[in-house]
Amino acid sequence: MIYTRDYEIKKDDFVAAGEVSARIKNKLKQLGVDPALIRKIAIASYEAEINMIIHSLGGHMQLDIDEDSIMITCADTGPGIPDIELAMQEGYSTASDTVREMGFGAGMGLPNMNKNSDNMHIESSPAGTTVTLKFQM
Amino acid sequence: MEKYFHSVRLEKEKCSGCTNCIKRCPTEAIRVQKGKAKILKERCIDCGECIRVCPYHAKNAVTDPLSSISQFKYKIALPAPALYAQFKMVNQVDKVDRVLSGLKTMGFDDVFEVAKGAEICAKAIAKELEKPGNRPLISSACPAVVRLIQVRFPELLDNVVKVDAPVEVAAKVAKEEFAKKNNVDISEIGAYFITPCPAKMTSIKSPLAKEKSDVDGAISILEVYGLLTGQLKSADAKRFDGVKASAKGIGWANSGGETFAVGEKNALAVDGISNVAHALEDIENDKLKDLDFFEGLACVGGCVGGPLVFESAFVAQSRVQKICDEIGFDQTVEEQAEEYADSGVATTKKQMEAVDVMKLDDDRMEALRKIQQIEELVQKLPGMDCGSCGAPSCRALAEDIVRGHAQEMDCVFILKEKVRYLAEEMVDLASKDKISEDETE
Repeated sequence: MIYTRDYEIKKDDFVAAGEVSARIKNKLKQLGVDPALIRKIAIASYEAEINMIIHSLGGHMQLDIDEDSIMITCADTGPGIPDIELAMQEGYSTASDTVREMGFGAGMGLPNMNKNSDNMHIESSPAGTTVTLKFQM
Repeated sequence: MEKYFHSVRLEKEKCSGCTNCIKRCPTEAIRVQKGKAKILKERCIDCGECIRVCPYHAKNAVTDPLSSISQFKYKIALPAPALYAQFKMVNQVDKVDRVLSGLKTMGFDDVFEVAKGAEICAKAIAKELEKPGNRPLISSACPAVVRLIQVRFPELLDNVVKVDAPVEVAAKVAKEEFAKKNNVDISEIGAYFITPCPAKMTSIKSPLAKEKSDVDGAISILEVYGLLTGQLKSADAKRFDGVKASAKGIGWANSGGETFAVGEKNALAVDGISNVAHALEDIENDKLKDLDFFEGLACVGGCVGGPLVFESAFVAQSRVQKICDEIGFDQTVEEQAEEYADSGVATTKKQMEAVDVMKLDDDRMEALRKIQQIEELVQKLPGMDCGSCGAPSCRALAEDIVRGHAQEMDCVFILKEKVRYLAEEMVDLASKDKISEDETE
């Protein structure tokens, strides 16, 4: 990897929600990445960031850029996704009513991340979930 | 034609080198260098925010003088609907009539309301909304917002509706109708926009969605205000002969007026350039994907809040509302607008291009290195965003340094640190010198 940057994501930190993905987006603009690809990465990374704030106990988002690809790795410290297949279904959500009242929790997080990335990989256990998003430049 | 024509300019003598404008510019297009502000041409979107915030009135907008209309044999005035709201005219129901006839006495052969152009645009936009495609469709009416998209949100350019701005449509139709009616050649007719805004001036000089503008010049509302006020007083409620715009067109002067005229319920109207930037950020993140239409206006309140108007945005906003209530809707005007919209007079074809101001380097690897350098510099800078260096924030200074436009020593804190270090070195050297002197005694 030619460029690596790590960002901390805190559980329930709604005040800062969207800041990390905004920073990633800004970097890609400075890099001169194609606008259409930036849009896809912006959507996927925003969903990923919000997911971690709402559902996880917190963790890290890592941005890796090399010559022809961009990778975003979201690694949290739990509680894990019990049924990944179910979580991947559009409209399925475990979000609380409070979170839904804030306009989140429509059950489109993972499906949107999948749709907007070239490759998505999820590994999960109660000790933590790692979602890897890959984009080709 | 200049690649970057800008209406917004700086009057150097008046500039005190303060940080008001650099802090408020939505595209970080201003730096203070050697005690004077400097506008970065490729970044400026002519929104006029700096004109509004400068306490020394050192920023102004270049528009055409009223005398410039004499270039043409026939002159048509295109008054923005915001113009009607500049005058008090209490208890007068024929406000618009008076303004239009007043303009005619100022040397124009004819007057064509931009509000009428707006009604044609509204119909054309409604038709675009019936077609499938990117959502939300973004209004193209405010040129500062369209330029903001070009500079900061290029990936949303495809969402901008392919319908021309009301003033362009008004100019086109006004010239065609005048030429036909009076049997003269279109090239002999000059159409002049009476504008509340510098961005319109810019879009006339270097159009966004077409090769050449149909508008021949822009005269600021402030320029005609005094003269027109006098004309209104002397005008004995003169009647204006011609079809006038309805409330649907005039309402475009206020934020939300366009959305209302288009008739789209699933829409959002946002005013104020920094608010618009936030909303565009949300659209970029797909948070508004269920929305069909987005109207963004750079000025608070809408065009009534333009930097080149006399009356306060809030007073003007309420007057527009009142005028709209008095005038009401007009089926004939709407049918006529529909016909014009069907003829394609408002449709634009030219693809708008992104303005690449954020990219650090054409070479991606080099750009990555520069991103790293910026991050290292940001760590080193104090993070106070004081603006003393002339850049709006520490991060912006770091970018400027990496781009080669500034130096680390431009930061007063780094400079102070350096001076302190040098002073200590000198004291140290002096004391060493003293010791050696003592030793030789």
